[in-house]
Amino acid sequence: MKKRKMFLRMIFASLMRRRSRMIVALLSVAIGATILSGLVSIYYDVPRQMGAQFRNYGANMIFTASGDELELAAVNNAAALIPDEEKVGVAPYRYENVRVRDIPVVAAGTDPEGAKATSPYWSVDGNWFTGAGEMMVGANVAESFRIKTGDMLEVTYTPMTDDSAADADNVSYFTVTGILQTGGSEENYIYMTLDDMSALTYESDRVDLAELSISAGAEELSGYADKINAADDVHASLVKRVTASEATVLTKLQALVLLVTIVVLALTMICVATTMTAVVAERRKEIGLRKAIGASDRSIIREFMGEGMLLGLFGGIVGSVLGFVFAEQVSVNVFGSSLIFRPLLVPITVIASIAVTGISSLMPIKSATEVDPALVLKGE
Amino acid sequence: MSLLELKNVYKIYGDLHALDDVSLKVEKGEWVSIMGPSGSGKSTMMNIIGCMDKPSLGQVLLDGMDISKESDKSLTNIRRDKIGLIFQQFHLVNYLTAVENVMVSQYYHSMPDEKEALEALERVGLADRAKHLPSQLSGGEQQRVCIARALINHPEIILADEPTGNLDEANENIVIELFRQLHNEGTTLIVVTHDPEVAEVAQRTIVLDHGKLVREDINENFEAQNSSAAKPAENKKTEEKKAEKTEEKKASKSTGKKKKK
Repeated sequence: MKKRKMFLRMIFASLMRRRSRMIVALLSVAIGATILSGLVSIYYDVPRQMGAQFRNYGANMIFTASGDELELAAVNNAAALIPDEEKVGVAPYRYENVRVRDIPVVAAGTDPEGAKATSPYWSVDGNWFTGAGEMMVGANVAESFRIKTGDMLEVTYTPMTDDSAADADNVSYFTVTGILQTGGSEENYIYMTLDDMSALTYESDRVDLAELSISAGAEELSGYADKINAADDVHASLVKRVTASEATVLTKLQALVLLVTIVVLALTMICVATTMTAVVAERRKEIGLRKAIGASDRSIIREFMGEGMLLGLFGGIVGSVLGFVFAEQVSVNVFGSSLIFRPLLVPITVIASIAVTGISSLMPIKSATEVDPALVLKGE
Repeated sequence: MSLLELKNVYKIYGDLHALDDVSLKVEKGEWVSIMGPSGSGKSTMMNIIGCMDKPSLGQVLLDGMDISKESDKSLTNIRRDKIGLIFQQFHLVNYLTAVENVMVSQYYHSMPDEKEALEALERVGLADRAKHLPSQLSGGEQQRVCIARALINHPEIILADEPTGNLDEANENIVIELFRQLHNEGTTLIVVTHDPEVAEVAQRTIVLDHGKLVREDINENFEAQNSSAAKPAENKKTEEKKAEKTEEKKASKSTGKKKKK
C-alpha cells in the first residue's frame, strides 16, 4: 500500500468515524462557505439586479442627430449595436407644434411599446394609445382643455414651408385613451404614434431624438456610446443623472457586500480555528502517541492539515449549494427576480473554503507539534 | 558492545533528582524488568531510553550511538527505527481499526503493508478482530494490538510500560507468553512493572528507588522457566500455581488494593 493511500485512509477514518465531533467543524466551515458563496453571488448579480431597478427611473441613453436630421432607420441601426438582452426599450420621439381647439400644444409621436419600456414610471389614467387614431394626453393639457378619457379631439398641424400656398392646415381626429401623469414636463404634451404623426405632418421617417433604456453598467454604456458615435450617423449620449446615480449606488452596495463578506470570512476563520484548537486539545494523547511511535512534526502537520482541508472541501461543496439557495432567496425577496447561477462560483467557493480552513488551522496545528510524546508514557 | 548503556545518568528537575547517577547495561536479546515504587524514576528512565527525553548529565548509548546529545528530530528517527513501545493504557487510535493501528506504525517507519500487519495480528491471536475498532475490543485484545504495533517494524528494543497493569490474569499470561516468544526470537525487552510476577519472568530485574539503582536481581531459573513454558505438559503445574495466584489477586483487588504504577 502506498503511503498516500494510508494517509487518505487515516484522514477519512478520522472524519467519518468521529462524525459527531467533526460535524461541528463541518457545520462551521459549511455555514461560512454558504454565506461566502451567497454574498459573492449577490455581489456579482447586484449590477444586473440594480440595473433592472434603475431602469424604472427612465432612459439612460439618448440618441440625437449627429448632422442636420435624425432618421428612424439610423436610430434602429445604432440601437442594433447594443445587445438585445441588454436593451430594455427604445423610444424614438418626434415633437411638433400642433393646435388643439386653436391653442398651440406640443405633440409627441412615439412608439408606445418603446415609451412604456423606457419610462415605466409613467402613470396612465386610462389606457396607453396603441394604434391609429388614438392619443394619450398629458395631465396639464387635459386639465387646461378639460379633456377626459374617451373624448374625441381635433388636432391641427400647419406645415412651415417657404411656399405659403402649401401651408394649408392638416387636420386629424383622435380618441383620448388615457391621461398621462409623470410629475414632469411630459404632462404638457399629447402623445400619438409615429405613423399618426407622419400622417399629420406628411413627413415620415424623421425623429428628433430617441430614448433608450439599457441594462448595463456605466462603463459598458460608455463603450456602447463610443461605438455608436464612431459610426457618425447618430450622436449617443448618456443620461448622467441616471448612470452616475446608478454607479454610485452600485459601488456603495458592492462595497457593503464585500465588507460583510470579509467579516464573514474572518468569523469563519475564528470559528474554524476555535474548533480545530478544540480538536487538537481533544487529541493530544493521539498526537503524543503518533510522535512516540515515530511521527515527525511534518507528518503531524500533514495529517491535521489534510483533515482540515478535507473539511474545507466538504464544507465548500455543501456551502456552494446552500449559498446559491441563500442568494436566490435574497434575490427573490429583495429584488423580486431570480439569480443567475454562476458555475465558476462553485470551484471558487470550494477553493476559498479550503484556503480559509487551512489558514485558520495553522495555529492549532502548530500547537499539535508541540505535544510532548512522553505524555503518553506518563499516562496523562 | 552492549545494545544499551547508561553511564552515570542524572535527570534533575530543580532540586529533585529523578535519576541520580544511574549506570546500566542491557545486552542484545536480554529481557530486563525495571521495578520500583511510584516516583522512583522508572518513567523518567523509560522516557530517556525511549528517546522521549534527554538526561541532564551522563551518557546514554543505544547501539553505540550517544542519544543524550541528539536533536529532537534525530531522536524521533531513532525512536521510529529502533524502538517499539507498549503502554499500560494501550493508546490505540480510537477511530482506526486494529489492523490500521498496526499499519500506522509502518506508515511512519517505512511503507504500510496490510498483509504484514494482518500477520502481526495473527501472531498475537487477533486475526479475526483485525477490522474491529478499539472500542469493540477487550483490554487484553487492545494490549495485543499494541504489541503487534510495537513489533511490526522489528525494533531493536521493545519498551513496555506496565504492559499488564490493566489486564486480568488470563490476558497477563498471554502477554507474558508473547514476550517470551519475542525474547526467544532475539528481541531485547525492557519491561517496567509493579507486578513481581511479571518482573520475575525476566532474566534480570533492576530496582530503582528515589532515582537510584538500588538492586539488581539475576533470575537464575530463567532458562528453566523459559523452556518449561515452551512445554505445555510441564507447564501445567505453573498454570495451576498461577491460577491460585489469580484467585489471590482477585481477592486482593476486591479489597480495594489496586495496582498502581
